[in-house]
Amino acid sequence: MPDPAIQADELVRQYKKGPRAVDGIDLAVQPGEIYGFLGPNGAGKSTTVHMLTTLLPPTSGSARVAGFDVVHQGAQVRMHIGAALQEAALDPLLTGREHLRLQASLQGIPRAERTKRSDELLGRVGLREAADRKVRGYSGGMKRRLDLALALVHRPEILFLDEPTTGLDIQSRTALWGEVSRLASEDGVTVFLTTQYLEEADVLADRVGIIDHGRIVAEGTPAALKAEVGRSTVEAIPADAADVERTATILDRFGELVPSTKGAAVRLEDGHVGLAEIVRALDHEGLRAENIQLHQPSLDDVFLAKTGRSLEGAGDEDEQGLAMESA
Amino acid sequence: MSAFADQVYVLGRRSVVRTVRQPANVVAPLLFPMLLLAVNSGGLKAETNLPGFPTNSFVAFALAVPFIQGALFATMNTGTDLARDIQTGFLNRLTLTPMRGIALLCGQLGGVVVLSLVQAAVYLGVGLITGVRIASGPAGVLTLFAFAALVGLAFGALGAFAALRTGSGEAVQSLFPAFFVFLFISSMNIPRNLIEVTWFRDAATANPVSYLLECVRSLIITGWDGEALALGFGIASVVAIVALVASSWALRVRMARS
Repeated sequence: MPDPAIQADELVRQYKKGPRAVDGIDLAVQPGEIYGFLGPNGAGKSTTVHMLTTLLPPTSGSARVAGFDVVHQGAQVRMHIGAALQEAALDPLLTGREHLRLQASLQGIPRAERTKRSDELLGRVGLREAADRKVRGYSGGMKRRLDLALALVHRPEILFLDEPTTGLDIQSRTALWGEVSRLASEDGVTVFLTTQYLEEADVLADRVGIIDHGRIVAEGTPAALKAEVGRSTVEAIPADAADVERTATILDRFGELVPSTKGAAVRLEDGHVGLAEIVRALDHEGLRAENIQLHQPSLDDVFLAKTGRSLEGAGDEDEQGLAMESA
Repeated sequence: MSAFADQVYVLGRRSVVRTVRQPANVVAPLLFPMLLLAVNSGGLKAETNLPGFPTNSFVAFALAVPFIQGALFATMNTGTDLARDIQTGFLNRLTLTPMRGIALLCGQLGGVVVLSLVQAAVYLGVGLITGVRIASGPAGVLTLFAFAALVGLAFGALGAFAALRTGSGEAVQSLFPAFFVFLFISSMNIPRNLIEVTWFRDAATANPVSYLLECVRSLIITGWDGEALALGFGIASVVAIVALVASSWALRVRMARS
């Protein structure tokens, strides 16, 4: 196996008079992999990215990015990475094209190649028509796409994306997902992506690390993580309420019955049992169902299983807690 | 062009482009000093009748003030631009490139120097149109431009230091009234030897801004006054060096990447 593109060992960041934002993180991201770093607000995602991109020194522990130590070989690390941090850091008074040319110059791209590279990236992120407009007139999605283009100017091997789709509409989000997938699959770029969106991690990431209170509480492929917390559940609600017991008897053949408020539900024993077989069994017994649903475990179930809280709103709860503490 | 020179050039160009695209940053340093010049020249013209007043043209006497006022605006513009870069995360973006920190400072201040030269040209142009004759001649005009650039650099570096230390545009803006106090308790409106109130004369004498004004004034009114030039250039150079060293240090701290 090749050396990891990103490796962190017991990485810690303790703020002065503040919390331990990152509390001993171990991770290894393989070259060409999309690694989703999933967690609520305040979990330590951005602090981790800042340490891995050399913007913030760790309090303790170590990390290597592209084979270089983030503390002692910062310049070499920066040569191999691109980063689009949480806020699209753009100058509202410059145009998209001016941003790209400035970035290309500062990245040391030869003068003769700058225009070509800028045009290529503007086209790739769909900003060719808006290239000569000042960024202050861009939508949130356009700013994010320009931010991504800027991170790619020097053809980095490793790309850090810190909540790249926060605040974007679904169309912009989908477009960005497509570009990130393409970067990994076609260009072989390693992507370290932080997100608080379950769907984003599920759709994009080859592997997911779930972070809470500065610690990784679960790590694996989305499918493996979901499989770890439980099997799929089928819930059937009979058309006639008097048939609930019969429905439960039939469902019992397929696994372990679990509580259901309106009908009967079963946690499937065998991952290969399909919804169709259950429908056929109910039909065979002459039972009319009002509704049949297959519930598959989500990454939120994984988060719930590992932390006792739901990811949706977990950050808000933390922030409210902190506000109450400081009040 | 070396990588460093290229970095300075593109960052300097950005600084100029940003300034030009913010009309208030161009108009204010040109308009307000000229308005003050017009008001003072009208209201304080009688001063020229005082025995010992160095010229019979109050415009020639007061023309030094816009040079220093313009530099104060440069302080604000440089500082607020840098503070905005810090607040928006743009500095982090620059930090992640192989850019040398000093290139950012040089580029930013290079833009300020360009603006200072444009301002100086406008102030001198207005002076010449209103009948002021430069006693030190064409070489004096060149010296005035050099001085304007140096003062712009010095004050711009002060603004950069304030921005890099605080990271706040508001903190930089709050310096403006403080700098104006220095301007008002100087020999801005009357020669020091004609100030009768002792404490004010002493304050103006201790105030370095007085010597910056007198340097400009000497080139316009007197001709070549070695002492005034040495004091003016000397003070501006010291301020520039101290501010540059301080802002370089503050930038290093701000860009504390590993």
